[in-house]
Amino acid sequence: MSSELFYQTISSLAAQLAAKKLTAVELMQAVIARTKAVDGRVQAFNSYDEADALAQAAASDTRRAAGQARGPLDGIPIGLKDVIAVAGQPLTASSKMLANFVSPYDATVTRKLKEQAGAVVWGRLNCDEFAMGSSNENSAFRPVSNPWDLTRVPGGSSGGSAAALAAGAAIATLGSDTGGSIRQPAALCGTVGLKPTYGLISRYGLIAFASSLDQIGPFARTVEDAAIVLGAIAGHDPLDSTSFNAPVPDYRSDLAAKKGPWKLGIPKEYFAEGLDPEVGAAVEAAIAYYKKQGCEIKEVSLTNTQSCLDTYYIIATAEASSNLARYDGIRYGHRSKSATDAIDIYAKSRAEGFGAEVKRRIILGTYVLSSGYYDAYYLRAQKVRTLIRQDFLNAYKEVDALLTPTSPIPAFKIGEKSDPLALYLCDIYTIGVNLAGLPAMSVPCGFTKSGLPIGLQLIGQPFQEANLMAIARSYEQAHDWHSKHPVL
Amino acid sequence: MNYETVIGLEVHVQIKTASKMFTRVAAGYGQPENTLTNPVVLALPGALPVLNKAAIDAIIKTGLMLDCQIAHVTRWDRKNYFYPDSPKNYQITQFEQPVCLGGAVEIELPGASLAVMGEHKSIPLTRIHLEEDVGKLNHGLTDSLVDYNRAGTPLMEIVTDPAIKSADEAFAFLTSLRTSLVYAGISDCDMEKGQMRCDANISIRPVGETKLGTKVELKNLNSISYVRDGILTEIKRQINVATSGGTITQETRLYDGESGRSASMRSKEMAHDYRYFPDPDLMPVRIDEPWKNRLRAELPERPFVKQRRFLELLALPYSSASVLIRDRALSDYFESAVNLGAKPTLAANWIVNDLLRDLAAAGQSLTESKVTPAHIAGLVALLDQGVVSSNQAKEVFSEMFKSGEQPAGVVDRKGLRQSTDSGQLEGWCDAAIAGDPRSVEQVKSGNPKAINALKGAVMKLSAGKANPKLVDEILKKRLGI
Repeated sequence: MSSELFYQTISSLAAQLAAKKLTAVELMQAVIARTKAVDGRVQAFNSYDEADALAQAAASDTRRAAGQARGPLDGIPIGLKDVIAVAGQPLTASSKMLANFVSPYDATVTRKLKEQAGAVVWGRLNCDEFAMGSSNENSAFRPVSNPWDLTRVPGGSSGGSAAALAAGAAIATLGSDTGGSIRQPAALCGTVGLKPTYGLISRYGLIAFASSLDQIGPFARTVEDAAIVLGAIAGHDPLDSTSFNAPVPDYRSDLAAKKGPWKLGIPKEYFAEGLDPEVGAAVEAAIAYYKKQGCEIKEVSLTNTQSCLDTYYIIATAEASSNLARYDGIRYGHRSKSATDAIDIYAKSRAEGFGAEVKRRIILGTYVLSSGYYDAYYLRAQKVRTLIRQDFLNAYKEVDALLTPTSPIPAFKIGEKSDPLALYLCDIYTIGVNLAGLPAMSVPCGFTKSGLPIGLQLIGQPFQEANLMAIARSYEQAHDWHSKHPVL
Repeated sequence: MNYETVIGLEVHVQIKTASKMFTRVAAGYGQPENTLTNPVVLALPGALPVLNKAAIDAIIKTGLMLDCQIAHVTRWDRKNYFYPDSPKNYQITQFEQPVCLGGAVEIELPGASLAVMGEHKSIPLTRIHLEEDVGKLNHGLTDSLVDYNRAGTPLMEIVTDPAIKSADEAFAFLTSLRTSLVYAGISDCDMEKGQMRCDANISIRPVGETKLGTKVELKNLNSISYVRDGILTEIKRQINVATSGGTITQETRLYDGESGRSASMRSKEMAHDYRYFPDPDLMPVRIDEPWKNRLRAELPERPFVKQRRFLELLALPYSSASVLIRDRALSDYFESAVNLGAKPTLAANWIVNDLLRDLAAAGQSLTESKVTPAHIAGLVALLDQGVVSSNQAKEVFSEMFKSGEQPAGVVDRKGLRQSTDSGQLEGWCDAAIAGDPRSVEQVKSGNPKAINALKGAVMKLSAGKANPKLVDEILKKRLGI
C-alpha cells in the first residue's frame, strides 16, 4: 500500500485519526493538493469547495478532540457524484440544464454522511449528463479521463467518482447505478464499486434517471472500505417510499465473520460473443481461485439475458422521460433567453439545456409510453422484467452468488465509440442486476497487457450485501490488484 | 323533435388534511404566495413523494359512505403533461386501480313547495380516485406568476356515470355530495375557495334513442348555481345546433358564469396523450378489513337517513327536518335538545324559526350562540308545562339569546310565569265580566265568539300572566256555556 495519504484506505486513515497521528485537516489538505495536481488532466470534478471542505475537516478535528468522534468515517473526505444533493453546493447532473443550480437541501445519504458519520463531503464529481451513458463522454462540461490512460474513458455514468478515487483525489466516493453506472467505471478504473439491493439506500436527493432502477452506492479502495461507507448510508428513510424498512447489519464486522466455502454460479450467457479475451481470462483466473478455495462452481443459465438490453432501454427511458419533465426552465435551471411564452420556454429551454443522449432517451421514453404503444412496449417490458428477476432467483436456489465479468471490454479510447448502440452494449453484464433489483459489485481482478484494469462482477441475493462482500473480500485478500495505483 | 339530456359529472374535492398529499408541508388556503412549499412541492431535483395516510383514510371513508367497492390494492400513476401550474410536469393520480369503484349518491329533487319533500333518486358513481392538486397561475398583462401553495393538496376526483338527466339533478347531486362530505369532515367543499370544483360532460339525444350523443365537456363551473346555469345554457346550445341541422362536435368548453356563455377551449383532436404509467416512486397500498372497519366506525349517519329518522321517528314536518339535516352541527344541536327531554317538534320549531333567524340577524354562527340545546330544552319544557304562554316564551327566547341566561331564570326575574292560581284567575274573570256587560249579553244570546273580548280583558288585567286555558274554562262556567 502506498504511503501517500491520498492513496490510503479508510480503515488505515481512520486508525491514524483515532490515534491522533493525523488530523482531518491534514488529510483534507493532502487530498486538495492531490486534486489540484491531477484534476486538470483527469477532469473528474465539476466543482469543489476547498473552504467548505476544510471547515468540515476542522469540525471533525474539534469533535475528535472533545472525544465525540462519530466512527471510522469521521474526517474522511468522500466525493459525491454530481447527481446527489448537497445543501449550498451546485447540483448540475453534468448538464447545461442545471449548470447554475445550487441545491437548497441535502440528500438523505449526504445528511447521513455529514451528520451521523462525520465524513467530509468533498467535491461535485463529473458524470454522464443525468447519469445517462457508459463513458462519461456525455458530460455537458468535459469528458473525464481514465487515470490509468488519460486518452481513455473512465466508464460511466459515474466516471468522475471512479476516476477521482483512482487518482487519489478522494478517499471514497459515491456514485449511482441505474444499469451499471457504478460497477462498470469501477472495473475500468480499478476500484471496488458496489451497487446495493434496490431499496437499501434512500434515493431522496438523488437526481432521478430511472426511479425503479436507480441506486446509490460506494466506490472504495477495498471491500472493507466499501462496507464502512455502505453501513453509513444504508437504512430506511421515511422520505423515500421505496426504501426498505429493516435494520442495517454491521457490514464491516460481518466481513470477518462470514467465511466460505460458497456455492458460486457462472451464468453461461455472460461468457458469450463480444467478451474481450483478456477480460475473459482474468475472470476465469478468479473463478479458478474460488475453486481452489473449495467453493463449488456451478454453471447456471439466465435464459432471458438476451432481452435485458431491450427491456432496460424501454423501462429506463420511459421513467426518464417523465422524471426529466420537471426541467422546464420555469422554476429553476436553464431558461432560454429567446423564449416568448410558457410553451416556448419549455421547448427552447429543453432544446438548449439537454444534450443529445438525454434527448434521445426522452424521445424514446415518450414514444414507448404513448397511447397505442404502451402495451406493446412498456407493459411487455415490465413482464419480461419479472422473468429476468425470476431467472436470478431460480439460480439462487442452487448458488449463493454469481461471478461474471463486469464489463465485456476494458477502457476504450475517448471518442472511439460514437454509435449509441455500441455504447449500450458495454452494459450487457450489469443491467440485468438493476432490472432484478439485486446487489452486485465489481472488484479489481487484473490488468490487460497494456495496463488497463479489469473488473470481476459478483452478483448477490437481495439484501445479502454482507455475504456478497465477504465473497469479494476473500478474493481481494489473496490478490494485490487493488493496491496498485496509476502513474499520474 | 324532443330531446333528453345525459350528464356525467367529474367533481374534484380537496381533502381537508393538515399536510399535503405527498409531503409533510402544511396544506392551506389564503397564505402568502409560495410559502406552503418545500423541495417536493417545487419538484426540485432529487425530491420524492411519500403518501399522506390521512388522505387515504379520507377517500376510504368517502367510499364507505357512498357504498363504493374499496380496492384491496390501490396504485399510483403518473399523468404526464406540461403546464406551469404542475411543478413536476406530471400529476400523481390513479388511473388503473383507484381506491373506489361504483357506489352512488342519493339525491333529493325540489318538491312542490318548501314544505313538501321532492323525489329521491340514486345517482350511480363510476369511480373515486385520489390525486394531487396543481398550483395557481395569476395572469398579468405581460407575464404570469405561479403560486404553488395549492400544488400537492390532496384531491379526490368523483366521477358519476352518465346518469344525470337535468340541471336540477346535477344541482341536487352536488348539494347532497357536499352535505355528506362536510358531515364526515372530509372537506369543507367551499366552491369559492376551490375546495370543490365541477366539470360536466353533457350530451343530448332524441327521446327514445339509447345511444349516447356526442359529449361536450363544460369546465370552470365555479359555484353550484353556475353548474346549474352552465348546464342549462349548454343544453340549449346543443338543442339549437341539432335543430338547426348542425352537428355537435366533441370538445371542451369553458363556461363564464358572469356572462352566462361558454366558448370552445379545445377540440377532441387537440386532446392530450397523458402517457399514464405506474409511478415507480410510490408503492401500492393494500387496504384490509380492519382498516376499513376502523374508518367505518368513524362515519356519521348519512344526511338522508337522518332526515328519514326525523320525519318518521320524531314526526318532524319536512320543512323542519330538511333544514336541520343540511348542517350536521345543527342537527346535532337539535338532537342534544331532544336528548335533554325537549319535545322534538317544538324544539325543531324554535331552532329552525327563531334561533336560525336571530343568529342570521346577529351574524353569528351556531357555535357562537349563547342559546344552547339546554336552553331550548328548558324553554320547550316551560311552554309545554303551561308555565309560560307562547308570547311569553318569545320574550324569554329573545332574553336568553341576548344574555345566555337560563329560561327559568328569565321567567323568574321578569315575573313571566303564567298564573294558575284559581282564586286569582276567578277574580280577574269576574272583573272582566263586570266590566263588559255587552259582550256577556252577546255570548248569552248565542254568539260564543264574543267570549274572546272577555279573555282579552282578563289577559290585560293579569298583565299576560293568566293561563289562557284555565281562563277559558272559568269564563265558560261563569257564563253558563
